[in-house]
Amino acid sequence: MRLAESLRVALEALLVNRLRSALTMFGVVIGVAAVVVLVALGSGARDLVQREIEGLGSNIVFVGPGEFSLTAAPTAGRLELTDVEYLRQTLGEDCPIAVSLSSGETVRAGRNEAFATVLGTNEALPEVFDRPLRPGGRYLTETDVESRRRVVVLGPRVAERIFGDVDPVGRQTIIAGARFRVIGVLEEKGQTFGQARDNDLHIPVTTAQRLLGVNRVDFLALRAPSAADTGRLRAAVVDALERRYPGERFSAITQTQLLGTVGTVLNALTGVLAAIAAVSLLVGGVGVSNIMLVGVRERTREIGLRKALGARRRDILAQFLAESVLLTSIGGAIGIALGITGALAITTLSPVPATITWWSPLLAFTVSAAVGIFFGVAPARRAARLDPVTALRTE
Amino acid sequence: MSVPPAVEAIDVTRAYELDGTRVQALRGVSLRIGEGEFAAIVGPSGSGKSTLMHLLGCLDRPTGGTLRIGGRDVAALSDAELAELRNSRIGFVFQSFHLLPRTSALDNVALPLAYRGVPRGERRRRAAEALARVGLAHRLDHRPAQMSGGEQQRVAIARALVGEPRLVLADEPTGNLDTATGHEVMDLLARLNAEQGVAVVLVTHEADIAERARRQIHIRDGRIERDTCPTRPHDAQRL
Repeated sequence: MRLAESLRVALEALLVNRLRSALTMFGVVIGVAAVVVLVALGSGARDLVQREIEGLGSNIVFVGPGEFSLTAAPTAGRLELTDVEYLRQTLGEDCPIAVSLSSGETVRAGRNEAFATVLGTNEALPEVFDRPLRPGGRYLTETDVESRRRVVVLGPRVAERIFGDVDPVGRQTIIAGARFRVIGVLEEKGQTFGQARDNDLHIPVTTAQRLLGVNRVDFLALRAPSAADTGRLRAAVVDALERRYPGERFSAITQTQLLGTVGTVLNALTGVLAAIAAVSLLVGGVGVSNIMLVGVRERTREIGLRKALGARRRDILAQFLAESVLLTSIGGAIGIALGITGALAITTLSPVPATITWWSPLLAFTVSAAVGIFFGVAPARRAARLDPVTALRTE
Repeated sequence: MSVPPAVEAIDVTRAYELDGTRVQALRGVSLRIGEGEFAAIVGPSGSGKSTLMHLLGCLDRPTGGTLRIGGRDVAALSDAELAELRNSRIGFVFQSFHLLPRTSALDNVALPLAYRGVPRGERRRRAAEALARVGLAHRLDHRPAQMSGGEQQRVAIARALVGEPRLVLADEPTGNLDTATGHEVMDLLARLNAEQGVAVVLVTHEADIAERARRQIHIRDGRIERDTCPTRPHDAQRL
């Protein structure tokens, strides 16, 4: 019998037991929908993080001591403020270099209190990270840094939390017990890695070093003139620093590398989610296998008759395989529709991002059809091997 | 060269293993059924007549002896070749009809042709013709449950004939029918045998049904006890 013929016979058989077919299909529907939704969530998370990293500003090179890590603070603090001037001279390029030394501190104004990230930095930060100020204030200056002034630029969120609607510029605030004068407020920027960067407050790095009792900085950030320069600059910076501090290791990472690293991690996350969903697809497949075995048993006489009328083993095999593949691929198609609808609903109705990639429905469909073959083979083989004489006698 | 006989069995045996004991269902059966014959295999239950029937129908293989169906030695054929042989040369009629319950009479009859790769339209056309020959032209779209037992058996006969076989095997074809209907079915088989020259072999334990055939082969304890027209393989030329 030809393929179209087998499919037609299979469809008729599925329609005979509508409820049973639907329930069996349901297992596959759920499995496929779960794959599509979870992969969409994983991809959504990756896209979000990539957008955030890109939001840091392009052309940025981060430089830190030891192996650069985003999550752990540097342990050996072999990077100082003087390195900024050293690098500027050594590199001989006109690129802004910002420093960063951060710590979580309590900020107070009157009776309002907030916990914020205190970032010790220099006048180059707005240029490097592209952070404009709200009108009516100013950013840290070279003089602020040199004379270790107690002035602060507030992130918009901190400003709102401790000053409310009042314009904070010119007012006093207490940071880690020390009195600071607010000189400006940053524009809104959004989040990076779930951390509110609008919850930062910027003070001169020298002031921060005294406040924390250290003379290091955590890392430097350079803005290359163009994206094409980042690679060259990165090597030059590391080279210069290692010449200055013989025996020490430094590392620099570009935004592209950062994207790559984070992308790898999040792709793995997506893979894990897909694997978890695949388990439910597997369970659906076992359901298909089970119902097919029941079908073979019920239709033993039919199989015997078909054999008597001239059906070969492979005709019977094809008939039952077609049935299980039809079952899982129809289930797969419904599951894809359901999964896409679910993912769209999640993005629309909740802040969780979900991105439907072109490959996940395709993969889910292929897998569900494969599940049909895999779990259909055992029942179909059983059917194909039935002895016609015995099968015809079965009541 | 003469046309090979529909069936030729030489000292055919068939044994089964049942729970470790060997049961000898056929103990050496030699028999020859020529083209266009009408024969009945008669015997009490347990005589081996069903086993013989399955062997003649290529549903089973002998454990000893030689069995040729349409001139081909069954022992030398693969499962797929046996299926093809069944499909092309043999038509089956069963006691319990064995029609697909949710399928129309037309599609039931057309089924054997599907395994021959005949296109659907052609299948249905030939099935309709076969149903007309058994007097059921008005029942094409009926399902088995909507028909009487006699009609169902006529559908089954149409299905046995649609592939234009050389041999129709009928296993207790009247067993599930009342006497009058049973005789109608026998009339039909006799007419088809006479008009179309297809050999008919029926298995029965009812003497009056067996007498409708021109030849009776009596089986007992796995052996041919009596054959009213013993055509032995070696004197085939007589036919």
